Amino acid sequence: MKICVLVKEVPDAAVEKRIDPSTGRMDRSGEKNLNPYDTHAIEAAMQIREGGAVEVEEIVAVTMGPESAMRALHKAVSLGADRSLHLSDESLAGSDVAATGYALSKALEKEQPDLVLLGQQSDDGECYTIGAVVADHLQMPSLTQVIKMDVADGGLRCERQAEYGYDTVEVQLPAVISVGDAINEPRYPSLKAIMGAKKKPLESVAAGDVGIDGSMVGEDGSRVQCGDFHDPPAKEAGQIIEDEDTGETVEKIVAWLDERKLI
Amino acid sequence: MPDVLTYVLHYEGAFNKNSLGAVSEGAARASEIGGECHAVVVGGDDLSDELCQSVGAYGATKVFRARGAEGLAQPVIDVMAKVIDEHGHSYALFGGGLLGFEIGAGLAARKQAGVTMEVVTVRAEDGKLVAERPILQDSKLSVSRYRGELGIIIGRINAFEAVQRDGGSAEVVDVDVEYSAWSNQAKMVQRGEQRGADVDIEGADILVAGGRGLGKAENFQLAEELAKAFGGNTAVAATRAVVDAGWYPYAAQIGQTGKTVAPKLYLAAGISGAIQHKVGMQSSENIVAINKDANAPIFEFSDLGIVGDLNKILPKLTEAIKAKKGG
Repeated sequence: MKICVLVKEVPDAAVEKRIDPSTGRMDRSGEKNLNPYDTHAIEAAMQIREGGAVEVEEIVAVTMGPESAMRALHKAVSLGADRSLHLSDESLAGSDVAATGYALSKALEKEQPDLVLLGQQSDDGECYTIGAVVADHLQMPSLTQVIKMDVADGGLRCERQAEYGYDTVEVQLPAVISVGDAINEPRYPSLKAIMGAKKKPLESVAAGDVGIDGSMVGEDGSRVQCGDFHDPPAKEAGQIIEDEDTGETVEKIVAWLDERKLI
Repeated sequence: MPDVLTYVLHYEGAFNKNSLGAVSEGAARASEIGGECHAVVVGGDDLSDELCQSVGAYGATKVFRARGAEGLAQPVIDVMAKVIDEHGHSYALFGGGLLGFEIGAGLAARKQAGVTMEVVTVRAEDGKLVAERPILQDSKLSVSRYRGELGIIIGRINAFEAVQRDGGSAEVVDVDVEYSAWSNQAKMVQRGEQRGADVDIEGADILVAGGRGLGKAENFQLAEELAKAFGGNTAVAATRAVVDAGWYPYAAQIGQTGKTVAPKLYLAAGISGAIQHKVGMQSSENIVAINKDANAPIFEFSDLGIVGDLNKILPKLTEAIKAKKGG
């Protein structure tokens, strides 16, 4: 089995995110972290490999983004991927979620994976959706927000929480599965793995190398345009108490509740 | 014609409230641009004529009914793509929730359409629909405008209210669909399994909600004791993270795939306040949050925030409330 894991570089949680007023796009200059949800997808791939129910020949980390996105691939490799594929091209900048999913699907076609894994959402914007876009282009069955996944009868038995409770779904391979963060606890990379990550094979491809139709990507190929960024209606800021003396803090809470007749 | 197509999810013979909200929203907005709102339903024999016609009470003039697998997104994409091909809808609108995200995104791929998710407002502008969504942890709003023949709008959960009117019966149109090979490659084995005890949180006046910040399953006891101290109509609720981890029953879950509540007091213990949780409790009358991380998003929408250690604060708060009640 060959598993491709889609990863993404996102802003560090500690960096304040903003829109770049000159381009109207997310300011990605401060980005430096692997999307935390993606670490669960890599861990899920590793657990399939280590589970022994099926032989996993290769785990390939795949990303799309500027040169800096290579750091996300290094991190992914330090967490267990064998090699990585970096789709990078000026023409892809400004792609919306549908265009991004299309471009990624073309890169994946080149790899011909049996299973595509990804995190259920990214920290920086588009939620839940990229997996479904990729799956439709690849013509594969797909589920998002999977929290348990077992290899069974040549396919996958997946569990997830949906609108009415927990669903169990059997999916044939090849498939595209996005995983929720409850699926596992990602391991920490060893120092050796971190040091060795840059030595693992990393292939860089441009849009033309994987047969991407230029009219379907980038700002011009995107069919939704975002703009008019504005502030939501202001909400009165709440009162904040820093707990130093817990007795005193609790008195303040009780007084606050009492004032509002909540006790 | 600028018609709007929605998908209406159902389970055990009843339609989903958020889906019906999308129908009401679709009908209201379609009328502003000179179109109609239609709905797609996919399922088995429980989709009777009468049930399907009842979607008309929410504003749909036509209901396209296809026989197919329930609870999975990809068969619905096949049905909606066919209906749109044949009828030329200009917009597809979803009421949020897991399947809405999956169907909307897959349909965007199939039809090369633009898609916007987490939408809170849809409005008509120069004969077209534009969608407004919060971005950057709800600190800004962004406006989406669509190019091409189809625009896809996926609402945030609870963003669209289901408005039932008197009368209004939709025409039911059966659709024969040849499902894609990959739509048949996923099979529902069990749907809607309830895990953990059955608890009622929707009717509570006061909710003490626990999140991952409680640290471990046993610490839910701190929340339960606090709830007991409040007494009366008080219950304990939980975030998705801790429910998925098995710390607390599914029936107590608040948020995107859980319940939506609006109690008099919502006391959040160890909850960071992710959007998926916020959408299920932001209408609460009073929100009190206790969290050790001063940067937790929940402090941005709580009325009283306490930055501190739950293990120290909760037991003392429980004692203080007991004392107050006793005195």
